[in-house]
Amino acid sequence: MSVATALPHDAAALHVTGRARYIDDIPVPAGTLSLAFGLSTIARGNIVSMDLSAVRAAPGVVAVLTAGDLPASNDVSPSAHDEPMLAEGEVFYLGQPLFLVIAETHLAARKAARLGKVEYEELPALLTIDDALAANSRFENGPVIWSKGDVAAALAAAPHVIEGAIEMGGQEHFYLEGQAALALPQEGGDMVVHSSTQHPTEIQHKVAEALGVPMHSVRVETRRMGGGFGGKESQGNALACSCAVAARLTGRPCKMRYDRDDDMTITGKRHDFRITYRVGFDDDGRLSGVDFVQYCRCGWSMDLSLPVADRAMLHADNAYFLPAARIESHRLKTHTQSATAYRGFGGPQGVVGIERVVDHVAHALGKDSLEVRRINFYRGMEDAGGPAPQTPRDISDQKKLAEPVDGSHRDLASRGSVGAVDEAPGGAVAEDAPGVQTTPYHMAVEDFVLHEMLEELLDSSGYAARRAEVAAWNAANPVLKKGIALTPVKFGISFTLTHLNQAGALVHVYQDGSIHMNHGGTEMGQGLFQKVAQVAAARFGVPLEMVKITATDTGKVPNTSATAASSGSDLNGMAVKAACDEIRGRMAEFLAAEHQSEPEAVSFADGRVAVAGAEYSFGEAAAKCYAGRVSLSATGFYKTPKLNWDRVKGTGRPFFYFAHGAAVTEVVIDTLTGENRILRCDILHDVGTSLNPALDIGQIEGGYVQGAGWLTMEELVWDAKGRLTTHAPSTYKIPACSDRPAVFNVDLWSAGRNREDTIYRSKAVGEPPFMLGVAAFMALSDAVAACGDVYPALDAPATPERILAAVERVRSA
Amino acid sequence: MGQIAFLLNGDPIVLSDISPTTTLLDWLRESRGLTGTKEGCNEGDCGTCTVMVTDAKGARSVNACILFLPQLHGKAVRTVEGVSGPEGQLHPVQQAMVDHHGSQCGFCTPGFVVSMACGHLNGRTDFDDVLAGNLCRCTGYAPIVRAAEAAAAEPVPGWMTEDLSKLDGLGGEKNDFALPKSSDELAAWYAEHPDAVLVGGATDVGLWVTKALRDLPEVAFLGGVEDLKYIRTGDDRVTIGAVTPVTDVGTAMAGLHPSFAEMIRRYGSVQVRNAATIGGNIANGSPIGDSPPALIALGATLHLRKGDARRELPLEEFFIDYGKQDRAKGEFVEAVSFPRQPDRLRCYKLSKRFDQDISAVCGCFNIIVEDGKVADARIAFGGMAGVPKRAGHVEAAITGKPWLQDTVEAAAEAWAQDFSPLSDMRASAEYRLKAARNMLMRYFLEDTGALPRVLEVQP
Repeated sequence: MSVATALPHDAAALHVTGRARYIDDIPVPAGTLSLAFGLSTIARGNIVSMDLSAVRAAPGVVAVLTAGDLPASNDVSPSAHDEPMLAEGEVFYLGQPLFLVIAETHLAARKAARLGKVEYEELPALLTIDDALAANSRFENGPVIWSKGDVAAALAAAPHVIEGAIEMGGQEHFYLEGQAALALPQEGGDMVVHSSTQHPTEIQHKVAEALGVPMHSVRVETRRMGGGFGGKESQGNALACSCAVAARLTGRPCKMRYDRDDDMTITGKRHDFRITYRVGFDDDGRLSGVDFVQYCRCGWSMDLSLPVADRAMLHADNAYFLPAARIESHRLKTHTQSATAYRGFGGPQGVVGIERVVDHVAHALGKDSLEVRRINFYRGMEDAGGPAPQTPRDISDQKKLAEPVDGSHRDLASRGSVGAVDEAPGGAVAEDAPGVQTTPYHMAVEDFVLHEMLEELLDSSGYAARRAEVAAWNAANPVLKKGIALTPVKFGISFTLTHLNQAGALVHVYQDGSIHMNHGGTEMGQGLFQKVAQVAAARFGVPLEMVKITATDTGKVPNTSATAASSGSDLNGMAVKAACDEIRGRMAEFLAAEHQSEPEAVSFADGRVAVAGAEYSFGEAAAKCYAGRVSLSATGFYKTPKLNWDRVKGTGRPFFYFAHGAAVTEVVIDTLTGENRILRCDILHDVGTSLNPALDIGQIEGGYVQGAGWLTMEELVWDAKGRLTTHAPSTYKIPACSDRPAVFNVDLWSAGRNREDTIYRSKAVGEPPFMLGVAAFMALSDAVAACGDVYPALDAPATPERILAAVERVRSA
Repeated sequence: MGQIAFLLNGDPIVLSDISPTTTLLDWLRESRGLTGTKEGCNEGDCGTCTVMVTDAKGARSVNACILFLPQLHGKAVRTVEGVSGPEGQLHPVQQAMVDHHGSQCGFCTPGFVVSMACGHLNGRTDFDDVLAGNLCRCTGYAPIVRAAEAAAAEPVPGWMTEDLSKLDGLGGEKNDFALPKSSDELAAWYAEHPDAVLVGGATDVGLWVTKALRDLPEVAFLGGVEDLKYIRTGDDRVTIGAVTPVTDVGTAMAGLHPSFAEMIRRYGSVQVRNAATIGGNIANGSPIGDSPPALIALGATLHLRKGDARRELPLEEFFIDYGKQDRAKGEFVEAVSFPRQPDRLRCYKLSKRFDQDISAVCGCFNIIVEDGKVADARIAFGGMAGVPKRAGHVEAAITGKPWLQDTVEAAAEAWAQDFSPLSDMRASAEYRLKAARNMLMRYFLEDTGALPRVLEVQP
């Protein structure tokens, strides 16, 4: 059986030999042109004049385009039509594309793009959360508020109430392959686009708009990305559209890739947040009510910020049952890069909020934070009990949506198409069924497995003994302090825009028995193609080599959703399974008839097809079916069941299920310099029944390090003029090799099995492990707390500077 | 335009009419179609473009994105395509990367493979250091290190050996950029071309071209100036030739001043240290270059030459102001030297990331204690001013005083007299000053007790 096997990534041999092709590696026809954007040098203002004569005169320049030169739409937003590809008189952030240079070479385009002479009427820019709040600059008319129970009453009745705030920075994706696209003009005005994108359908849609042609005139192909992490869900639109438009106007193939500094200056990043909280609790640390305010800095355009902010609200509970909760979310508009999808999609920010609360409560009570975490966990599955809660009808795609500003069609395949809510929610919130523990958005938690997982992890990590060792170390060492923390993750799996939870596949069996597989998911390193190929091989009972993995192609599978929200394997695995089962069913039916047997009695295993005593190789069986005029090609389709979500009221079941994990992390800090290091990390993660344990462990290890990087060393800095000063790896530091934990134990939970009917009972794994990195941050907080009696109130990222400041705060009291 | 020769994956290449500022990366990808070597950052910070360069001294990994073609003259380059065998056989590190799931998106992988193959060739097992210059965003590095460990015991494949004799008699003529072969040749040429740019390892000048998009009108590449590649450890002085790679400086310092060596271990990355020269690190005048503060603390002297005229000055006096050094047109750094001395040097490099990060503050302390009193103190900093700078007031505040914690604390006020640092993306002025002050305390505690650093704590 090819599933549940730790096979290498399908392209591993190509990766290690340098033969795996990325966009910039694709051999191009002679005469291919290169593009570069000229960028704004101010954050906010009006363009008074643009003198591009020097740009046009520069060596190698073929043409220079401004907004007025575009043949059709000038919009590259994922949905709201508020993001011009080239500025139209106004500038909204420093780094915004103003004009497009088309040149003979990449270097010629880059050089020419710096020669524009632009005069601006500069206006005051709103750069920070506080700037935006003061100016009431926001998306949607006011904050979104979801609530459960009576928080005011809960706080009033609580034995203890504390309050606080945490700031957490954004995060640059730093995919190693920068954004890139290549457009090849075809006969009759058609366009083929190769794009490094997580969302080929959106690229197709936007390119069609940019060219003013129907979607059928554009075919988008994506073999692989050199990393995505959410940064290639919507951010590739500008490059693909530019290439297509330039190819249309010049009649020549056009390629565009951002130099790294341009990439970091132009594209969106993770949203930075401020979260304030008031929490009520008893002497044991049991939470009775939490009131959160989440401030989310969205940047200049809407992009995917609304669902990102929603998901932060949806994870404001993480793994903890909150009897009463109120979450107020402000989506603030600033003159900075438009923050976008990033692994976890707001979830990590919500999780950090509640983990801070729990840490703070534990400190206030003088308890190990683990104790407070466990006492507030949701009940486990055996205790979940009670009747199923009443879930409201899904009206998320029926309510009134703010129309795009230019009146054109909303891109329904984008997560951004949730639309802004411009009217206050009305009507009563459904009461939760008695006896059922629900989330703050009234979804019953029925698959909570962290109690069992924690028992195993505490044992394997030696938590209790190490907690004591850390205390002993801290008592003996005045300068270097250690900290340890365990943090859990409960992450909701499904797109919160319900209709995106669908997928298609196209499978062909050729007459030699070889199989050609195509689906709507994209490969960005996560191993999706391999997992899905393992599913296909398993359905036909053939060796994996029989299955050809192909590039994602909008001409083969249409109307795909982004490969995002950790959904790739869940959705595409099921769609491929459906297609394979369709073909297998036809083959079985034909062979059974040939052998006077029943289709159910035909078996497909070990590369053989057995029917009524006869046995064929799979190839022979395929040839027989072909000769018997059986269709050996099928589409497959899947839509996730049980979803029911009203984002206006904040009620329902947005998620099919939850994925869980927990991490123990131990750190050391230097109280003289703030330097810090992760010493050890132990992780137990729930991937259900793994489709491929090696790939899953890879996602967990990589997710942890990326999550820890976000909260420790990765710092985005803008200057007072709105210029991002950390726009290259020289100044923006992602974890390097030696930053991984010196001891790093990662296990899949052996008892894991998805209680929902997912592909081979597996669970999504792309995003959840990212939040395991929160353990590193909380361990740092623990280490700082060892310096005194005051709560450290550490902000993120916990750079040496922030740690030293926190140490001094704790000591000064 | 000019003519050069080098080996590419074992085969001789002679190039005529090349621009001196064409990078190896662009040439490989655009002219040779060798697209295995990737561009990740175009500034030498991510390692996706790592190639192996071999000369008579051995094989080293370097970043192709900031390596100009003339720097390769007379050397052998091996790209990821040449790490596999001629029949497509996988190198042991490639096989181990497959077996241990060391690639996910695969974009950084060729660079890792070359770094690993180079480390494997040189028998290195300090994998965190070998790979510090290669960034991976997907894996979290653990499987890559597992792969490196697994391949370590495998023999080096025969095809990795370079035969530099294939280059005999090839290239090197008719260049209009200079490829001087001795310091005399350099001195004569530079005196005639005083406005030219001297390129040592190009780890700084490379960015003038790839990021600032500058054209360099006149260039001399110093890689062939063999007589300036030396480290002489005499009875009284240590003298380092200007073209000595920083890697070699680190090796030499391990026995003399281990704290300096440890700081150099964190200076740039393997690829950067292999290319960068000590002379370049001084001559470019960066306020955040890491070797000047250490050398100043050691009492270093800078040796300059213009034509046949030579002069020397205390290193700290070379740095006049931000962007301004005491160097005449046509004058170049020939060497730096410092007295042999008992090792009292401690270097503290503060940055957001330990490896391959430019210092927010780099403090170097050399405090001589005799009879319980501070007999002499040389304290120098990078990142605290527009130039590498001594902490004169602090030195004065502790010199002659008993070597006690009170003395260190009493010097607290002096720091602000010495430095008014800037706030930037690396750190705030406040943090810089506070951390600098605390470094003296750390020096004292390390000296009088056994205070470990965070990197020394074992899990």
